[in-house]
Amino acid sequence: MVAISVDPPERNLEHCRQLGYTFTFLSDTKAEVIRSYDLLHPGSGMDGGDTSRPAEFLLDSTRRVAWLNLTESYTVRARPEQVLEALDEMGKTAPPRE
Amino acid sequence: MTRRWNLSLWVGFLVILAGLFTFVPVFVRFPATRDFPWPTLLMLCVGLGMMAMGLRRAFAEPQVYRGRVLGSVLGALGVALVGLFGYGVFYAPRQLPDSAGSPRVGQEAPDFTLPDKNGNLVTLSRLLETGPGGAGKANGAVLIFYRGYW
Repeated sequence: MVAISVDPPERNLEHCRQLGYTFTFLSDTKAEVIRSYDLLHPGSGMDGGDTSRPAEFLLDSTRRVAWLNLTESYTVRARPEQVLEALDEMGKTAPPRE
Repeated sequence: MTRRWNLSLWVGFLVILAGLFTFVPVFVRFPATRDFPWPTLLMLCVGLGMMAMGLRRAFAEPQVYRGRVLGSVLGALGVALVGLFGYGVFYAPRQLPDSAGSPRVGQEAPDFTLPDKNGNLVTLSRLLETGPGGAGKANGAVLIFYRGYW
């Protein structure tokens, strides 16, 4: 599980500490990766900076997209059970390698 | 002759305020009441209904009930607050870019290298090869893009 936002590492460290997140949390302060996924939401930050629109992707071991969620409203995110369901689907169509 | 207090005006306004002020601390925490905030909407509807009842009473029987002037002011304020809530929850969050160029199902997602919370560089393709904590090849990855600004 990999999270990405425009916040600097220090802010993410603080955030993960507060919420007890242990998964990989990455900083894309220049929004380069966010741009390469075409998720840039210009001027949506609190200080008028750019942020990412919320989105979730499930990738297989070859980096192919197995499932994605581009929400229509940034207050509505994918729920854990949706991701788990997509994970089950992916397991069915592409059984794990030897 | 003294006129009666128009209680439903005040209670209605308080119910609207209660609906608005409980949204963030209580109902935002649960997806079922955040994705579609039905408890908040229910409270706002009850509040508006009570205010409408109070206003009707104030204007239909001005010799019995108070609240024509103050009720109108509170009523306008209540409607404005509910409108603001509707804008903030149903309109503003939907103004998102169309993201037509983002990778679709079956397509290869772009690789990248970014610093993690401790400043160590992490490469997606390497993470898939080595797995979390170097535990061996991963079967896949879940990427979560956040708005950030915590």
